[in-house]
Amino acid sequence: MDTQPSPTATRGATLELRGLRRDFGGFAALKGLDLAIAPGEFVALLGPSGCGKTTALNCIAGLSPLSGGAITLGGRRIDRLPPERRGFGMVFQSYALFPHMSARRNVGFGLDMQRVPRREAEARIDEALALVHLGSQADKLPGQMSGGQQQRVAIARAVVIRPPVVLMDEPLSNLDAKLRLEMRAEIRRIHDAIGSTTIYVTHDQDEALSMADRIVVMREGAIRQTGTPAELYERPAYPDVAEFMGFRTRMTGRVVSADGVMAHVETCGTTVPVAQRGPLLAGADVTLMVRPEDIVAGPAGIAAVVRIAEYRGRAFFGAATTDCGAELFFRSDRAVRAGDRVLLAARPEQILSYTA
Amino acid sequence: MTAAPIPLRLRLAARGLDGTTLLAAPALLALLALFIYPFAYGVAVSLSPKAGPFYDSYRRFFADPFMRETVGHTLALALPTTLLSLMLAVPIAFRVRLMRRQRLLTTILVLPVTLGTVLVAQGLLTYLGPPGWFNRVLMWAGVLSGPVKLTNNYWGVFASLVITGFPFTFLLTLSAVSGIDPALEQAAATLGAGARRRFLRIFWPLLLPGLAVTFCLSFVQAFAVFPSAVLLGAPAGSTHVISIAAYHAAFEQYDASLGAAIAMIMGAVQLGVVGVVLGARSLLYRGPVGGTKG
Repeated sequence: MDTQPSPTATRGATLELRGLRRDFGGFAALKGLDLAIAPGEFVALLGPSGCGKTTALNCIAGLSPLSGGAITLGGRRIDRLPPERRGFGMVFQSYALFPHMSARRNVGFGLDMQRVPRREAEARIDEALALVHLGSQADKLPGQMSGGQQQRVAIARAVVIRPPVVLMDEPLSNLDAKLRLEMRAEIRRIHDAIGSTTIYVTHDQDEALSMADRIVVMREGAIRQTGTPAELYERPAYPDVAEFMGFRTRMTGRVVSADGVMAHVETCGTTVPVAQRGPLLAGADVTLMVRPEDIVAGPAGIAAVVRIAEYRGRAFFGAATTDCGAELFFRSDRAVRAGDRVLLAARPEQILSYTA
Repeated sequence: MTAAPIPLRLRLAARGLDGTTLLAAPALLALLALFIYPFAYGVAVSLSPKAGPFYDSYRRFFADPFMRETVGHTLALALPTTLLSLMLAVPIAFRVRLMRRQRLLTTILVLPVTLGTVLVAQGLLTYLGPPGWFNRVLMWAGVLSGPVKLTNNYWGVFASLVITGFPFTFLLTLSAVSGIDPALEQAAATLGAGARRRFLRIFWPLLLPGLAVTFCLSFVQAFAVFPSAVLLGAPAGSTHVISIAAYHAAFEQYDASLGAAIAMIMGAVQLGVVGVVLGARSLLYRGPVGGTKG
């Protein structure tokens, strides 16, 4: 449509992180991150707080210096450039809108810095505001806008400069639940519309699963597992990733027999059939992980005493403690109350097993 | 059917007046006793001269060049020292904001406040005086051929005002600077703004209202200069400041009316400067300086 300034020349380039390290006086926040992100990809960095995901984002943006490693964009090394010369768009958790400027001037700030001619700038600001559905609010100050509107201004401000990469740091964490759901779809729509690469930091697995092309699960400054949402949801590689993906129940047991298709695991005095996903040897110690919705109270299974029960519309969900002390999160179609004794079971293919 | 009358208590409470309002009473009493009453009394005294029409004390002040010039002398001290303190405080506050040992440095910078004017004056007399270290080092280094006079004149008072006024200015500036969300600077950086434009486009406009208030408070302090003007300056010449004139009239000439009139003029000048600065401030953005609604 029109000529683009230099930072966008690198659009359509692969962003590569090689051995990214960041130490904070003896504490290693990032321990050698390796990741290649394809042009146009939507990648979510997912992990609990303190796992280094925001540090990684700040290092990519240039807001935090690297202690080691390299960042390249389309083969060009960028990790020594200051943030203002990387040309990445960033959406902050606090939005960081300039409080003394109208929404319109906030959005135009980056274009002003790039010395984009006024007429072109005006057109691009209009386009960006329309993209986030904010046309009529353009002259308000951030303080006069709602959280959701501020969020939209922050996104428009980051994408109007046509950055090769958009970085988002938990952008939805300050919004209420309903708006959060709405904005998920909006952000994905905007990503698809502008075609930039997006790196999205979140601690919410639902957000990551519903928005990203690829999820990078981080833990203690390192990548734990990378994969599509379906891969991670169905085949988490480690118990801690599984836990993050909603497999809340964790039990330890010992393999009694395994024939390659089905294994039998003894846990808490009961033998549980488990569908085999990898090699399991009889006698091995294993960790079993199951989602709450897959453990059902019924006529047979592991005996446990209900500790908490909540009615959630169609079913009851609760937590129960077995005689050997394990905590099971379960679903029940009939009413249960704290103190009830229940028998809990799950289908073999819904139980994940990890050798210890 | 008639609605039951709303009790007075509830009606007052709806306007923000309830039991806790009484907590403001001591402050209000103090204000009445220590400010409003003496001020009104002063106005009355200043308008009852020993002889002549009611405005005679004011007329005498402006008719006598020696007295009239004190306004200029005081402004010539208070305005530049306040501005210099601010100009020093802003960059230092920007640096301190990023430091981990903030408290230590702040303590060192604020220490002069605890010394008191007289101690600072005494120190400056020996340090800046003709046989003091300042002159000796510069002469030894060959920068000066003879001692330069820095005490018992304008510059002695100037130095003292900066030293005693700076900590106050700095603390106010630091709180204004650290009130600005650091994410705003980061956001500006990712949008392509270098250090200079981040300061001019983001920090400066957000800081200016706070600096205006800091200026006013520091200026009012400096304008009341008295001990250092006597001890370090030339109290009969270039540092014959307005408070000296008031003291002279009230306690050496025993002309309470003239003294009160000078105090009123002093207040009017201060009010004028503060009014101009705050008036200019009202043209600026004065909203929150955070980047979010939270």
